[in-house]
Amino acid sequence: MKKIAAILSMSVILLATACGGSDPSAQSANGEAPKSMVPDAEKYDPKRGEGKWTPENLTLKPTLDEASVSLGESIAAVKCTSCHKSTEEKLVGPGWKGVTQRRKPEWIMNFITNPDPMIDKDPEAQAMLELCLVRMPNQSLTDTEARNILEYMRKNDGVK
Amino acid sequence: MKKNMLTLAVGSLLAIAAIQGCKPKNASDAVSGNAGIKAYVAPGKYDEFYNFVSGGFSGQMSCYGLPSGRLLRVIPVFAVDPEKGWGYSEETKPMLNTSHGFIPWDDLHHTEMSQTNGEVDGRWVFGNANNTPRVARIDLKTFRTAEIIELPNSAGNHSSPFITENTEYVVAGTRFSVPSDNANGDVPINTYKQNFKGYLSFISVGKEKGNMDIAFQLECPGVNFDLSHAGKGKSHGWFFFSCYNTEQANTLLEVNASQKDKDFIMAVNWKKAEEYIKAGKGKKTAVKYAHNIYNESTHTATSEIRTEVLVLDTKEFADICYMIPCPKSPHGCDVDPSGEFIVGSGKLAALIPVFSFDKLQKAIADKAYDGQFEGINVIKYEAALYGEVKKPGLGPLHTEFDGKGNAYTTFFVSSEVVKWNIKDLKVLDRVPTFYSVGHLCIPGGDSKNPFGKYLIAYNKITKDRYLPTGPELAQSAQLFDISGDKMEMILDFPTIGEPHYAQAAPAELIRKNQTKIFKIAENKHPYVTNGEGQSKVVREGNKVHVYMTAIRSHFAPDNIEGIKLGDEVYFHVTNLEQDWDVPHGFAIKGAANAELLIMPGETQTLKWTPDRVGIIPIYCTDFCSALHQEMQGYVRVSAANSTVPIQFSLGTNFPKEVAPAK
Repeated sequence: MKKIAAILSMSVILLATACGGSDPSAQSANGEAPKSMVPDAEKYDPKRGEGKWTPENLTLKPTLDEASVSLGESIAAVKCTSCHKSTEEKLVGPGWKGVTQRRKPEWIMNFITNPDPMIDKDPEAQAMLELCLVRMPNQSLTDTEARNILEYMRKNDGVK
Repeated sequence: MKKNMLTLAVGSLLAIAAIQGCKPKNASDAVSGNAGIKAYVAPGKYDEFYNFVSGGFSGQMSCYGLPSGRLLRVIPVFAVDPEKGWGYSEETKPMLNTSHGFIPWDDLHHTEMSQTNGEVDGRWVFGNANNTPRVARIDLKTFRTAEIIELPNSAGNHSSPFITENTEYVVAGTRFSVPSDNANGDVPINTYKQNFKGYLSFISVGKEKGNMDIAFQLECPGVNFDLSHAGKGKSHGWFFFSCYNTEQANTLLEVNASQKDKDFIMAVNWKKAEEYIKAGKGKKTAVKYAHNIYNESTHTATSEIRTEVLVLDTKEFADICYMIPCPKSPHGCDVDPSGEFIVGSGKLAALIPVFSFDKLQKAIADKAYDGQFEGINVIKYEAALYGEVKKPGLGPLHTEFDGKGNAYTTFFVSSEVVKWNIKDLKVLDRVPTFYSVGHLCIPGGDSKNPFGKYLIAYNKITKDRYLPTGPELAQSAQLFDISGDKMEMILDFPTIGEPHYAQAAPAELIRKNQTKIFKIAENKHPYVTNGEGQSKVVREGNKVHVYMTAIRSHFAPDNIEGIKLGDEVYFHVTNLEQDWDVPHGFAIKGAANAELLIMPGETQTLKWTPDRVGIIPIYCTDFCSALHQEMQGYVRVSAANSTVPIQFSLGTNFPKEVAPAK
């Protein structure tokens, strides 16, 4: 009888925890499941992506910042170009040519700084995953590094 | 069905009784019906405590979650670990260097977490090497061994690595007394009394980075130093070491070191020793010992051989050491959270003496001595004694505290844990262990502020507790809930090696500080490859350096030609990933070596000496992505006199493929 009680109470625990968030790394100290950063998938904006960048806080000048381009190119050499070519050719991930025309700048900034939630929600990112079969890794880019890479991508796409 | 179960149960009980002469009586009642719930941590949920357990003769330290008993990590310390490349990669080999050269194994007995103001602070955990005396510091940001220091003048570093309440010192007391390193050791063994000495090392620990240094050694009479604990609170500034073999026998210790009715707990006034050292009283002594540090910025260890140590001869300073008589070969030497009570556990005794720090101070002031032992004043037993716990069990070994006024002592011979009150010395509860418990651990149980809640017993024998696995059986730990008046067993779990001492701390003290990746921009390894564009192969005489990168899911370069027999090839592999939990592995066919396991942002080096001409594959050993199985490459090995030049590539074939003849 005691055994049955034990099994029952274990099932209660299982049931109680079954509906929580499934990412243990995001658990709070007391083991509670976290609340999602984004309310729900319906509020996902496929143009902007998910992350801190918005058209308001991301300003692009019509002309290039060459210093930023050069910093972006060197950080890309360490963290990006193992998988992305500057041409249209797909390596591990898609080639970068034309990316700044295909995507909004805030989408790019959000994607390269916050890839995991976007791969889980973004239709374009998911379509790309089906093609490449490798989830783009989070390369722990700082905001400045990401912005410099964006500038390098713009140059790659012909912005003067 | 019920009947079958009953028969089975009775059968096993009989079998147990037959095997185990002094088996605890109530095995069947040891676990109550809902005990399992208390140890159950649901999938995806975290444990409350980290538990750092000595790996005994595995040479490593293991980390378990409590209360689940789940093994979280085996931290390589004193033994090579091919799984992690520890002791195999060029970067980690110096960590295992000693004055005897590279040593691939040791016996890690005790763990001790760093403390601030007498409380566990979650920064480091120390471990001792019992065979070739060393102390290691493990950094709890990375769960890696950060530093190892060897101990001269020592043999069998057992009384270690116990710390003072602000981690000012880690101590290391020698179990075997031996002639000092710079004396002529070529003496008859039976000259123990004249020539053998016991050394206690006081290793200072840097406040910020934890770097260790032997501040001084105390030269003491030749005996066996067994265990120790620092004073705390009012007794901060003192250290207490249990000693046995005060008979000074050099053979058949089983009999000859058990002659005297009492051995000693040696009380050491280390603040006084510090004063003498500051006053220049220490003798510089020529010795040889290794000091090894792992640098997280170069991702490389360095080993330095040091040649001098400061020694104080305790015979010459009457106010450093005092001997407190303690019955029957004392083993555990434990200090309660208040710092007032020192518990000695005579492993052949049938009582537990509890000494009072206040009475000890008064005895010293009153010179209440009972003669000397080898020039050290012996305090009168009654003058330091607070009281004795009468008939607690047989063969007391170790004691920990719950911070609520209770002590918990393990009994090897009678195979039980006994809870008793520190003030009135009355036994409150006892539970059997399965079997023959050695050490025990309560989270923070040797600190000023124990966290309590659980007690883990580390058993020496498991016999019938698990499915049998041939002649060698699992080592084990048993978890008790001690939150109520009665101790309640809630879990058995197997452990690696032989678990001796262990420490535990609340998860949040450690969890929040975890290093997740090494920043690639901060990688100062001399052979780092900063991006695929910089990958290359460089020949320097018969040494070939491969600057290689790894990222999901390829190596760059992955085709290498121009390697010749007689070459020594060094693969310096940089993991370009910057995401948590994405190590890459590296292995090459036929290497008389292990694999590399390279964390994100890190560079590690595998040395390979090709032994035959041919095409040799390399691959990633740690499943990294859906295309992990594609993460591979080839190395072409040519004859020693070959003229094939060094060439390397990724994504292009070379030399250009010859078009098939039409």
